[in-house]
Amino acid sequence: MPAKRIIPCLDVKNGRTVKGINFEGLADVGDPVELGARYAAEGADELVYLDISASKEERSTFTKLVERIAERINIPFTVGGGISSVEDAARLLDAGADKITVNSAAVADPELISRLSSRYGSQFVVVAIDAKKIDGVWRVTTHGGSRITDRELFEWAREVESRGAGEIMFTSMDHDGTRSGYPDETFAELCDTLSIPVIASGGAGNAEDIANVLSKGKADAALAASIFHYGDMTVKELKETLRDMNIEVRL
Amino acid sequence: MIAVIDYDMGNIRSLGHALQRLGADWKLTSDHEEIMRAERVILPGVGNAGKAMENLRNLHIPEILWKIRRPVLGICVGMQVMCRSSEEGDVECMGIFDAKVKRFHESEGVKVPNMGWSPLANMESKLFKGIKSGEYVYFVHSYYAPLCPDTIATSRHPELFSAALKYENFYGCQFHPEKSGEVGERILDNFLKL
Repeated sequence: MPAKRIIPCLDVKNGRTVKGINFEGLADVGDPVELGARYAAEGADELVYLDISASKEERSTFTKLVERIAERINIPFTVGGGISSVEDAARLLDAGADKITVNSAAVADPELISRLSSRYGSQFVVVAIDAKKIDGVWRVTTHGGSRITDRELFEWAREVESRGAGEIMFTSMDHDGTRSGYPDETFAELCDTLSIPVIASGGAGNAEDIANVLSKGKADAALAASIFHYGDMTVKELKETLRDMNIEVRL
Repeated sequence: MIAVIDYDMGNIRSLGHALQRLGADWKLTSDHEEIMRAERVILPGVGNAGKAMENLRNLHIPEILWKIRRPVLGICVGMQVMCRSSEEGDVECMGIFDAKVKRFHESEGVKVPNMGWSPLANMESKLFKGIKSGEYVYFVHSYYAPLCPDTIATSRHPELFSAALKYENFYGCQFHPEKSGEVGERILDNFLKL
């Protein structure tokens, strides 16, 4: 089994990193390339860049940024945000992205997953699933949790896998932003259901939360943002802590 | 000049960037003379081995590749098509390495593709100069070369498989050095300096 992966996530708006504190020795924390290179040097296994821009002009700024990331970063990186067609994905692949992530667009048009994976291979396609527990049932949500669909989490995850997605990134909207940990049992059930890797996202407050989702929750990787951006701990410190808890990580 | 063989098999951008970071002069080409003249030859590859062999045959690459006397490096599917055959597309390959490429079997706790960072072990080549056993590299593959006399590094999923192969001046690595951080850069640099 490969080592458990730790994946910092960077939100980008108009070519600049949105969150982030001033790291010592880092000239421009607002530059997504500089910040990503810093995380890579600290031992991040992959990076995720999410474009949270709204307009078309900003989208082209993001594509140019992806080209700069590809030139500089020597570990795999995934890009996402606003991808709704094969053309959007092709533009980012051509700019040098290793993987793309789709979310709401895949729920609206599940065939998009099939088209992307048959054209570029499963390894290129990460499907993000946001869900919320309503009356005891995990319902898939879109548009940042604001719209609840009639899809059920496990059924949707199986369809995503059978359509050729290479990985699933699951966020519980009940836990996202709370920094109170992940729903480990749901993760374990999801990982048992699927044969593709599952990335845990949204909810980590500390190293123990991440250790739990990687062990009890059986997740293959953990995505984290605030824990790194606000300097709670570095990627290296987190991985050392995980290793001390007998979780295999790359150090 | 380093010739990166152009046979329309996936994104080679990251390989190009990695070579650029090492200050190497490289060119994407399928021109036989250019490939034969190059200081180093790299056969990249992402995708299906059957399709890769078909594209290579259409370009008559198998006929010239074995004649090259300078170091040649196959990466991922590029390495697999330098083996004897592959179960992927049930295809006869170039037969440089003495291995038949097989598919991993899914089982409890074993995911296919093998995707992520795994440690290297049993390294026996200058390709791994300065790399310690247990250092991690990045893999993305569903098919693998079993251990064979040409194996020069191993990894596990969960059984041992060939992480790298060598026969005379021909090298192959199953992992992606261009995506394997500083360890990968060192391996690529070692290849350039062989």
